[in-house]
Amino acid sequence: MKIYVPRDAAARALGADAVAAAFADLGHQVIRNGSRGMIWLEPLVEIEENGMRRAYGPVAPGDVAGILAGSVESLGPVENIPFFARQTRLTFARCGLIDPLNLADYEAHGGLKGLRRALEMGSDGIIAQMKESGLRGRGGAGFPTGIKWETVARAAGPQKYIVCNADEGDSGTFADRMIMEGDPFSVIEGMVIAGLAVGASKGYIYIRSEYPDAIEVMSRAVRICHDNNILGRVLHTTHEFDIEIRVGAGAYVCGEETSLLNSLEGKRGVVRAKPPLPALEGFMGRPTVVNNVISLATVPVIFEKGADHYASFGLGRSKGTMPIQIAGNVARGGLFETGFGMPLGALVNEIAGGTATGRPVKAVQVGGPLGAYFAPAKFDTPFAYEEFDGQGGLIGHAGVVVFDDAADMRAMARFAMEFCAVESCGKCTPCRIGAVRGVETIDRIAAGDASAVPLLVDLCETMKHGSLCALGGFTPYPVMSALEQFPEEFAGRREAAA
Amino acid sequence: MTSPSHAVRPDGLAEIDAIIAAHLWREGPLLPILHAVQAAFGFIPQAAHAPICAALNITKAELHGVISFYHDFRDKPAGVHVLKICRAEACQAMGGAAMSAAVLAKLGLDWHETSRDGRVTVEPVYCLGLCACAPAAMVDGKLKARVTPEILLAELGA
Repeated sequence: MKIYVPRDAAARALGADAVAAAFADLGHQVIRNGSRGMIWLEPLVEIEENGMRRAYGPVAPGDVAGILAGSVESLGPVENIPFFARQTRLTFARCGLIDPLNLADYEAHGGLKGLRRALEMGSDGIIAQMKESGLRGRGGAGFPTGIKWETVARAAGPQKYIVCNADEGDSGTFADRMIMEGDPFSVIEGMVIAGLAVGASKGYIYIRSEYPDAIEVMSRAVRICHDNNILGRVLHTTHEFDIEIRVGAGAYVCGEETSLLNSLEGKRGVVRAKPPLPALEGFMGRPTVVNNVISLATVPVIFEKGADHYASFGLGRSKGTMPIQIAGNVARGGLFETGFGMPLGALVNEIAGGTATGRPVKAVQVGGPLGAYFAPAKFDTPFAYEEFDGQGGLIGHAGVVVFDDAADMRAMARFAMEFCAVESCGKCTPCRIGAVRGVETIDRIAAGDASAVPLLVDLCETMKHGSLCALGGFTPYPVMSALEQFPEEFAGRREAAA
Repeated sequence: MTSPSHAVRPDGLAEIDAIIAAHLWREGPLLPILHAVQAAFGFIPQAAHAPICAALNITKAELHGVISFYHDFRDKPAGVHVLKICRAEACQAMGGAAMSAAVLAKLGLDWHETSRDGRVTVEPVYCLGLCACAPAAMVDGKLKARVTPEILLAELGA
């Protein structure tokens, strides 16, 4: 019998450690797996017997004896739970299924197959595969990963770098955290393949300090890969690749790639003007690939199953799958990986079951604190890059935060500006000053000054077009989408205004 | 994560030198050094500035610029307990604003403040990645999901 109790941060924050201890107290060995992504069922325990895995959840320590005695009703196999059954799991295929730090388990579930194929292909072959897969940067910008790699491969430089951006600061997103805690080897394998493609021998994983569990699991995974010749001399070939884990220090803007590079170099995390592109002058001024965790964790499966297989999923230019994170006020929150194209409303209402409070959905914010609010009138928008862009929004890192009808949209718009003011790196004026003026202008509107509304619109235009990076440039998305879809909340004084 | 507020020991300088030496080989060693110093002392003591500047060949102003840029680094000790409450959107959608207001009121503190007896420091944090089990908080480095004011105050023994 095998017992799985997640060591995922969300599961632990919901009491998984006490559940694991209860099994241990009864003399059982427990495997601490990643989360299967159904956060409303965490801690989700799985018992494997006779080749069959049955799930229980949410489990409290008091349920443990009953589960072992067979007196607690099981949810059945995870794969049969509708939320899970409707997914297409490519990037997250192993997450929650395997022991995250067991290399043999990783290999038994397809791990390292991609790397072995990539080693046979060489740089040009790898880049051709990446382009064919259609993979676009999953951090939010959606830039084609293959083209980025090609740029770095062609750049001249004695030393090149692969930087994994694990500074996942967007509210409503936790896919990077989950894969680092649940399948860390996939991130490493992706980085090694990227290194082969561009001729880089050194990689950095920049993890935000708010993710202590991810830092611990990734650090242990890197050591295991060193001890097993995945890092160092890659699978006993002449290729060399090393990875160092770096920890952020609580600055949201460091998720922006040039800020991240400055931070990695030990400087203030201020944004750099582009050009030069990091692909040409990145870390230490040398050619650097900066990819999001999910982009890199998706690389192994592209090489394991073939670029054409990956590209056969999705919609239009949004190829493959996206791990969508459904969060906030939601009945069934968690990670739902699916091919691009599912309508937003189906995700929110069918998959996630609407709000946790049972009240009507008022709006969802897609793509983190810089993403637009979508009212139910826009719920037929297919979840894909161009389609969201066409509706004045962005998918970003694919976080969907659900709000019920108690949400105060003007307060949310004000918060967007306030957050931008707190986190602005200060390099460019539209962001540094604009965000502060934005808060003041929304306060004027709240006080009943209707003439401040066009001023807010004008300010948003300036920030959108004049900011150096997405922080100042995209803060207008939540603000303007709230204003456009809920104008009545910006009209006149509110009795309860604080 | 954050160790309680113990003062710089007499051997503090030796410890700082050892930390610098342990990280100096890295490319861009400043953040790892600052994290290690803070882990050892609970904050970045003034005494650490000169040796770090000398080892990295940076000015005092540059070092101050870096320390003050990042929310994590402290120039003075925090309270015995550090409570970080998420203020971001997903937590707000689950009543996070009212939740944190209740905690702050009960503690008689505003954001970034430390109680007079030095027991508790309260800080805002913008996302802990627990967005599907909000509202979330971190108490002395330990993550907590679906928190209420009662749960957090009990954690602090308040």
